[in-house]
Amino acid sequence: MNIASEIIGFLAALVLLTAFGMLAQKRIYSLISLFAWQGLFLSLNTALVGYVSERHHLYLSSLLTLSLKVFLLPYILHVLIRRLKIAKEVESIVNIPATMLIGIALVIFSYHLTAPVRELSTLMTRSTLAVALATVMLGLLMMITRKHAVSQIIGFLAMENGLFFAATSATYGMPLVVELGVALDILIAAFIFGMFFFQISKTFDSLNVEHMARLKEED
Amino acid sequence: MSAISLFFVDVLQLGVVICLSPALVGWVRMLKCWSQGRTSAGLMQPYRDLSKLFAKNIMMAENTSWIFRSMPYIVFGVVVLIGGIVPILTIDLPMSPVADVIVIVALFAIARFFTALAGMDIGTAFGGMGSSREMMIAALAEPAMLMSIFTISLSAKSTSLSQIVHVIYSGQTVLKPSIIFALLAFIMITLAETGRIPVDNPSTHLELTMIHEAMILEYSGRHLALIEWASMMKLFIYSTIGIALFFPWGIAPVNSIPNLAAAFLFMVCKLAVISAGIVLIETGLAKMRLFRLTEYLGAAFLLATLGMLSYFILD
Repeated sequence: MNIASEIIGFLAALVLLTAFGMLAQKRIYSLISLFAWQGLFLSLNTALVGYVSERHHLYLSSLLTLSLKVFLLPYILHVLIRRLKIAKEVESIVNIPATMLIGIALVIFSYHLTAPVRELSTLMTRSTLAVALATVMLGLLMMITRKHAVSQIIGFLAMENGLFFAATSATYGMPLVVELGVALDILIAAFIFGMFFFQISKTFDSLNVEHMARLKEED
Repeated sequence: MSAISLFFVDVLQLGVVICLSPALVGWVRMLKCWSQGRTSAGLMQPYRDLSKLFAKNIMMAENTSWIFRSMPYIVFGVVVLIGGIVPILTIDLPMSPVADVIVIVALFAIARFFTALAGMDIGTAFGGMGSSREMMIAALAEPAMLMSIFTISLSAKSTSLSQIVHVIYSGQTVLKPSIIFALLAFIMITLAETGRIPVDNPSTHLELTMIHEAMILEYSGRHLALIEWASMMKLFIYSTIGIALFFPWGIAPVNSIPNLAAAFLFMVCKLAVISAGIVLIETGLAKMRLFRLTEYLGAAFLLATLGMLSYFILD
């Protein structure tokens, strides 16, 4: 029991580390593989929580996470990048160390924010709730600081990872119906994003969303 | 344990630090040669280098001041002092209550400060360039170093190295994420502080990329020997600080001859493994651009801070 909770804490730390890694990563392929790693740690964590708390539907959502976020979504993103021929594009992000410092501040903020929950909760996973909230916020930070459409999408998917993690650590997971619905939503979203990517790159010859600020007709 | 034998323990440890540090550097070079398919110069080559340098005359520029002349002695003395504080062979060191980890970091800062001053003292372009680069690295590496050490001392409730080792012996630390983060940060900073490859290349001269070598370019004879020896001891001491903070098992808890002998054997094995790690890193990586160092050291600081945060969040 004690060892299990230590491993859960360790996996939570790895999820946090991959979230920071994504924040710092400039290359799109490495970004996708970091996202896949985060999904893997998340799915392992979910399976372990399911084993410890004896909620067996968590195994199913762990499998769902594994197949969707570790294999399917990274594969779809890889195919998209290859089709759109943007693999060589390295993103120029403004000042990684400053973004990192904001990230650290967000972690402290979410630790502070979840403190009352930690006091009230009796679950074994209550301490990982702060990490889950921090993962959501780091995904949001990534969506704000990135200019490239694909990295913004990965930020969005990382946010969803954080929400899933929060559900697991706060209440031992949502009901299976909800989780299936969310998984389906994510899948549909990925397809819609793909179509959007095609349209954006056809119209602007780039996936840099800064071009979309000038949607007005030139006079 | 009587006072005289405690005195002998410290003398023994200082002897180990002073005499074995060139062997550690020689071992790292040997491993590196083997991994790159070259013939190595042997374990004793650093000793031969040092004795050659000691036999040579000193050449000094005309306009040097006392800073330039006293720097080798200050640096060597400070590093030897640190060698007496770190628990390398035994926890029960008479000098270890004198100073904790923060003081050790500050002592290293003194050595670096005088090296940088001496680099600027002679007034050559290379010296000033090396000093400014060294200070840039120091300013970024020191907070990360302290942060990584604070993470360990949070769980040990003390900043004294002997006390930390003592606590690690008594408690059970299996898979604490904070300690693993702190370890990663410590490895990155050790590579930066001892001038190993992703940050500085210890074996090049007369390149525009050198940092430590640029500052000591004007030294010769026994001055150069002392500086080289001090930097070898620095690698040795940083490795043993890492051992004491993260893998202390084997350091003698009580002073007795079998304990000390076992501690010595453990230390040799651990240092051999650490050198293999250093060689793997140095063979696998290329030296980094100077302007990317901020990202490298920023990542080290981030890891150390995450370690500290995960101590509060997860432990």
